[in-house]
Amino acid sequence: MPVLTYREAIRAALSEEIERDPNVVIMGEEVAQFSGASQVTAGMLDKYGPKLIVDTPISEAGFIGMGIGASMLGIRPVMELMFWSFYSVAFDQIVNNAANVRYMSGGQIACPIVIRGPANGGTNVGATHSHTVENILAHHPGLKVVVPSNAADAKALMKTAIRDNDPVMFLENTILYGEKGEVPEGDITLPFGRAAIARAGKDLTIVTYGRCVLHSLAAAETLRASKGFDIEIIDLRTIRPLDVDTILRSVAKTHRLLIVEEQRPYCSIGSHIAAIVQEEAFDELDAPILRVGTIDAPSIYSPPVEKQQIPNVDRVIAGILRLL
Amino acid sequence: MSKKSTEPTGAAAVSQSPAASVHANAPANAKLSAEQRIELYRKMVRIRRFEERCLPVYNSGKIGGFLHLYIGQEAVAVGACSLMGKDDHVITAYRDHGHAIAVGMDTKPLMAELYGKITGCSKGKGGSMHYFAPDLNYWGGHGIVGGQIPLGTGLAYAVKHQGKKGAAMAFMGDGAVNQGAVHEAYNLAALWDLPVLFVIENNGYSMGTSQERSSAGELGKRAEAYDMKFYICGGHDIYEVRATLDAALTRAREESKPAVVEIDTYRYRGHSVADPDKTYRDRAEIEDYRKTKDPIQVFQNQLVLEKVLTPALIEEIDAAARAESERAVEFAEASPFPTVDDIQKDVYWETDQPKRTSEGRIFFNQP
Repeated sequence: MPVLTYREAIRAALSEEIERDPNVVIMGEEVAQFSGASQVTAGMLDKYGPKLIVDTPISEAGFIGMGIGASMLGIRPVMELMFWSFYSVAFDQIVNNAANVRYMSGGQIACPIVIRGPANGGTNVGATHSHTVENILAHHPGLKVVVPSNAADAKALMKTAIRDNDPVMFLENTILYGEKGEVPEGDITLPFGRAAIARAGKDLTIVTYGRCVLHSLAAAETLRASKGFDIEIIDLRTIRPLDVDTILRSVAKTHRLLIVEEQRPYCSIGSHIAAIVQEEAFDELDAPILRVGTIDAPSIYSPPVEKQQIPNVDRVIAGILRLL
Repeated sequence: MSKKSTEPTGAAAVSQSPAASVHANAPANAKLSAEQRIELYRKMVRIRRFEERCLPVYNSGKIGGFLHLYIGQEAVAVGACSLMGKDDHVITAYRDHGHAIAVGMDTKPLMAELYGKITGCSKGKGGSMHYFAPDLNYWGGHGIVGGQIPLGTGLAYAVKHQGKKGAAMAFMGDGAVNQGAVHEAYNLAALWDLPVLFVIENNGYSMGTSQERSSAGELGKRAEAYDMKFYICGGHDIYEVRATLDAALTRAREESKPAVVEIDTYRYRGHSVADPDKTYRDRAEIEDYRKTKDPIQVFQNQLVLEKVLTPALIEEIDAAARAESERAVEFAEASPFPTVDDIQKDVYWETDQPKRTSEGRIFFNQP
């Protein structure tokens, strides 16, 4: 099986979908001539031309809104936000137009747009460029939220996203772009809402997604070697829809739940999952549900300290040791 | 309802100072048949009678939320939408009843929507500000000032991308021109030669703030900064609206060029019916417009001069429009409300299909 980086896997999905469906267009700041600020779309302008690979001005409200309008007429725009952090200047378009237009029209309109880009901290770019917005997006019914942790999932989920008839918010990670993994060739898709068991175990369940899957796997291996712990890791892959059944099944097996997320604790994805688990599996729990997340402050610039602010392997280990 | 709250369109009003429209011979108008002229007039009257009928319903508490009436501006929506071809599209803001009727929506589901009934055009999920009819190329009905303008630009983008010869008309009020999203859309449309008309319905007030207190410079002229053509015209003479927009639309379709069209118009009622309309303009100003520029009266006078309308026909059209709005009320009254089970329908395309395409939980309800 070919080994691709996460970045190449997304590019493969974009390329295959653009070849499959003439309504797919790629748009965003620097996606064409510059080859993408994160190089995700590198080479695509030469291959597909400026009608399909479109550089936009720095004008997120304008071009995201334009993409939403075009999607109502059947175009399938894949809009890159150079950083998801810039969602805030397009927020009205996303939450009032993409998320609501179907509902407000009584189901007459579909909005098959994908908005994609990296949403992560850990790159020393300060508070304005380090937002992790999956909780804010998932709060809005009408939107779907995807958070792939590895190259194969990134490809398969991107292809699903582009074919989906609802607006899909696709959250990548600049630190994962260079991570390599085996990626099946050709037309692979994954249904949204199907989590992966990234590691099977019986002593404790970690529910996580995105880059925190890597931290969790490393922590689990460390504690297997040092203490013999057998930890199960669930990679959610998508936040909305959410694979609640897989979480509940795992908790019923391990009776302990740690949620690891690059989110501030207040109103996080973990808050939501903890609420569901205590509502629906209270009797299965032998310990309180704990969370490891981002220390609750704007993202600090200072490079060595930012590593401590967001989840890392040591903090995941500390979280596990509070439960086992 | 009391006749006092309605604007006169009867034969009695015909006699006041008719002067032939200087735009009657514009190509877009010269080619109109008598039937087409009557239909334009009828639509304007239907919009006005529909909205006048909304008021007592609102005051009786049967319509919730906001109600932004279009009364006084009818020539703009009717004139503009009468020019639409099959690949032309319309989107507007929350003062959207006029455009809805102008594109051909039936007034029964429009009234039912105001009542919040399941038979409403948006199944009671949108309300007054959110009318849609994609089958008639009408894309809403949007509540956030200026937020619909990027969407309208996207409609034009899609038309162009798909190689169709159409254009989008993105309507906004004069209050929207200071929103950033509008300027971003202007830039994109001009940069990419998108066939979109940014139609500013300038009724002089953004809610209760007059143009001079809210906007620097001339509104239409802002197009120049984006190297876009702009048109400025009066909105009380439907022939003028049609003549101007016909030229702009033809250019948009043929040359794929955007433009700004600023149309001078006026609303008789408050910003919404919640606006007592007592603080920011004189009654005399409203009365003056009503007496000299009322778009229905102006067009009625014109069509009488043209011998297209007769006093009997005027009465007949008016009576039919009143009866139609009564039937719309009866339909809305008799219709059921949506149920609690309907709340989570029409949220996702996926969940409205017989079989879902994804797995997992997509709605999160408390047990």
